[in-house]
Amino acid sequence: MKAISFIFQIHQPYRLKRYRFFDIGNDHYYYDDFANDDILTRIAQRSYIPACETLLRMVNDSQGKFRFAIAISGDALEQCEQYAPELIDLLKKLADTGKVEFLGTPYANSLASLADADEFMEQVKLHTAKIQALFGQTPKVMRNTELIYCDEIAPLIAELGFKGALTEGAKHVLGWKSPDYVYSAPTAPKLKLLLNNAKLSDDIARRFSDTNWDSYPLTADKYMDWVASTPADEQIINICLNMETFGELQPRETGIFQFLEALPRFAAERSIDFWTPSETVSKLKAVDVLPIGHPVSAVDDGRDVSAWLGNRLQHEAFEKLYSVAERIHLCDDRRLKMDWLYLQGADHFYYMSTKAFGDGAAAANFSPYGSPYEAFTNYMNVLADFIVRVEEQFPMSIENEELNSLLTTIRNQATELETLTKENSSLRRSLEQFNVEHNLRTGAEIPSEKKAAPAKKTATKKPAAKKAEPAAKKAEPVKKAAPAKKAAPKTKAEKIAKVEKALKK
Amino acid sequence: MKALMFGWEFPPHILGGLGTASYGLTQGMWQCGDMDITFVIPKPYGDEDRHFANIIGASQVPVAWRDVSRDYVEQRIGNVMNPDLYFALRDHIYADFNYMRTNDLGCIEFSGRYPDNLLEEINNYSIMAGVVARTIDCDIIHSHDWLTYPAGIHAKQVTGKPLVIHVHATDFDRSRGNVNPTVFNIELDGMHNADHIITVSDLTRRTVIEKYGIDPSKVTTVHNAVTPLSEELLNVQANKPKEKVVTFLGRITMQKGPEYFVEAAAKVLRLDKDVRFVMAGSGDMMNKMIDLAAERGIADRFHFPGFQKGKQVYEMLKASDVYIMPSVSEPFGISPLEAMQMGVPSIISKQSGCAEILTNVIKTDYWDIDAMADAIYSIITYPAMHAQLKEEGLAEVNQITWDKAGQKVINIYKQVLNR
Repeated sequence: MKAISFIFQIHQPYRLKRYRFFDIGNDHYYYDDFANDDILTRIAQRSYIPACETLLRMVNDSQGKFRFAIAISGDALEQCEQYAPELIDLLKKLADTGKVEFLGTPYANSLASLADADEFMEQVKLHTAKIQALFGQTPKVMRNTELIYCDEIAPLIAELGFKGALTEGAKHVLGWKSPDYVYSAPTAPKLKLLLNNAKLSDDIARRFSDTNWDSYPLTADKYMDWVASTPADEQIINICLNMETFGELQPRETGIFQFLEALPRFAAERSIDFWTPSETVSKLKAVDVLPIGHPVSAVDDGRDVSAWLGNRLQHEAFEKLYSVAERIHLCDDRRLKMDWLYLQGADHFYYMSTKAFGDGAAAANFSPYGSPYEAFTNYMNVLADFIVRVEEQFPMSIENEELNSLLTTIRNQATELETLTKENSSLRRSLEQFNVEHNLRTGAEIPSEKKAAPAKKTATKKPAAKKAEPAAKKAEPVKKAAPAKKAAPKTKAEKIAKVEKALKK
Repeated sequence: MKALMFGWEFPPHILGGLGTASYGLTQGMWQCGDMDITFVIPKPYGDEDRHFANIIGASQVPVAWRDVSRDYVEQRIGNVMNPDLYFALRDHIYADFNYMRTNDLGCIEFSGRYPDNLLEEINNYSIMAGVVARTIDCDIIHSHDWLTYPAGIHAKQVTGKPLVIHVHATDFDRSRGNVNPTVFNIELDGMHNADHIITVSDLTRRTVIEKYGIDPSKVTTVHNAVTPLSEELLNVQANKPKEKVVTFLGRITMQKGPEYFVEAAAKVLRLDKDVRFVMAGSGDMMNKMIDLAAERGIADRFHFPGFQKGKQVYEMLKASDVYIMPSVSEPFGISPLEAMQMGVPSIISKQSGCAEILTNVIKTDYWDIDAMADAIYSIITYPAMHAQLKEEGLAEVNQITWDKAGQKVINIYKQVLNR
């Protein structure tokens, strides 16, 4: 018995507009709406929508035997809501079949997992909330940005309540091991690791229409043969594909959609099942612990993170960006937080990669910029403006810790006010009690004198009532009306002075 | 293979990029081996590097017979020419040029510069070429730039050997389109008579094909390269001001787009006062540029130190943080490569030939002063940008060597000779 687990990824970054240095401090809108709209609409029409329709048909036609997972970033969801709401409806329909699992991912498809644990967790939570709101599911398996993963990230994922995590079956970490098993993380034993089968994924994503490939043309029949011919005890084959593979990277005319649609039939012939990642996690046990010391990813031949953090430019931008992370966590300006998310997109760093220079594949990195240097300049200008805005909220002259304590003071002010008011009212109550007792002793002459004093009303009524408790209740509204805490001590002082006066008499 | 080359400038006495390129290419071809190159220049000074080419000074080539003794020749021109060669040349005088202004050795004096009577000098150069061509045995003739095309054509007619012309620039580059018809005709004549045309960039190749109507199959691009700098120049000492320095080095003429540099500088200075801009060089637009800088109110931060030569160039580069070449039309442009050798990040216009082969530079359109200002700001503000461009640029430019260019030229020779 064998199963395939398909994971389709949907992501589009918020591309930045041309932002010159003289815009710093003047223009706080950073995005190229035209390009974002244009690209998302085009890819939705050519790829996402037809692919989702095909997948929906496949689920229905196979009576639910065909099942798969989708990992869609928050950035992509927001852009879909804005530019292609029909795609959201389609995704909802897929979710309603109950055969489609949505995976967890950092909201902004960011590299936060490599920089800032708090930020990473916050983004995953934000993404989970968005998925819950839209599709009524709670992600149980994590697919970090571009399958980035290492031992250090595992405990965070486990802490967030995920049962499993997807990553790349990179040769340099697997060695002789096969990616077609479930492993566990040494740093979080309960977290199961699912590994992408790079060969079988790339056969579709990269080689499908390559006429120089010796296996061209690839048919569903042939593909399922390959899957079936893997050793019998290799039970689960994870295929992570970018949804754009269907219709965009492999154009419609290559027959990619027909290939996709034919898969369940040929799988059934060989009694191969389709599982969602959480099914895999619940059905299979980890065969071994897989230590991954250095971060791996799905990108480049090196399967490392050098596509985003490979040169000096990328490191500088990355460090600059996360240098303000703590400040952002302290603030609650909604627009600032949104920009913060969008600026974290891994794509911005990918555009700065100089690795493509060598083999002339610069055009292949989908960069909206002419060169990595242009990408860096533009991003840094935007970041400079962003940091100016952060500074406006919290001046850089104040240390993070000091700022934190100041903010705590401000936040605690409300509770402090309340305790002060309470203290005030209890003082008042005892004072009134004292007054009552005093009046009982000296007769009812004093109250009339008190008319000019601020707390007179309660005082005048009290002798008539001659009961301490109701009087105290009436006194409360007056005290609540006192707006600032400063008012409280003032009245207190006045009262004490009056009490002293009364005593003298 | 024996090549007879006609050039106009030769280091160390150079006025522009032509001399540097001729020198580098000749040396690169020599490095490839099996090349015997005779290089004719108008006026040698005696301090030229001669180990890889036999240099003949046109000012020492007799065109009229004079009865002079060997000792006299030795004493007069011994520092630049072997007397044996003088007498060999004298034996090949082909007509009586006594009506021309010749000196005591029967030679025409050349300035070797770009004087007002340049056309006359070009004509004289071609007369002289007839003598050289009859004396020196060669397989192929190679003319560098339009000034020497007539000489090349003459030599071709005399010897019947194929002519290759090397287009370092066209008049379309120099004049921003307002072509001088005389110059255009000299260029056109050269191209028609050439058996093959070498251009220094694809940009120039397109100009040759489109503006001069030349058959594309006859035109090949061989990009220029750079000669590695000596340790002495690399470690030259310079006084660096505490501000960042942005440098423009070159003739201050229409072709080089100096006004765009001034405008970009004004944009940068509006936000960042801690920068100095330097426009080093001279040219017919210099006064206009001084006016423009004053008009923009940036004269206190914009400096015109004048023409720089030799070591001064490298001192200037050493003190710079950014090098900029906003040329409107630059056939190749070796200077950014030199800046990169000195570890200075460069900004070049997309309309420059060297943009075709460089990746670790910033490329902007020459008219896009916003992009230019942005690039300047980025390099002086973000240390990573400066470091990345500096180091990657250095690594890149060290790969651009003349022997590779030389090999391409030799291959073209072979192709022409086998036809």
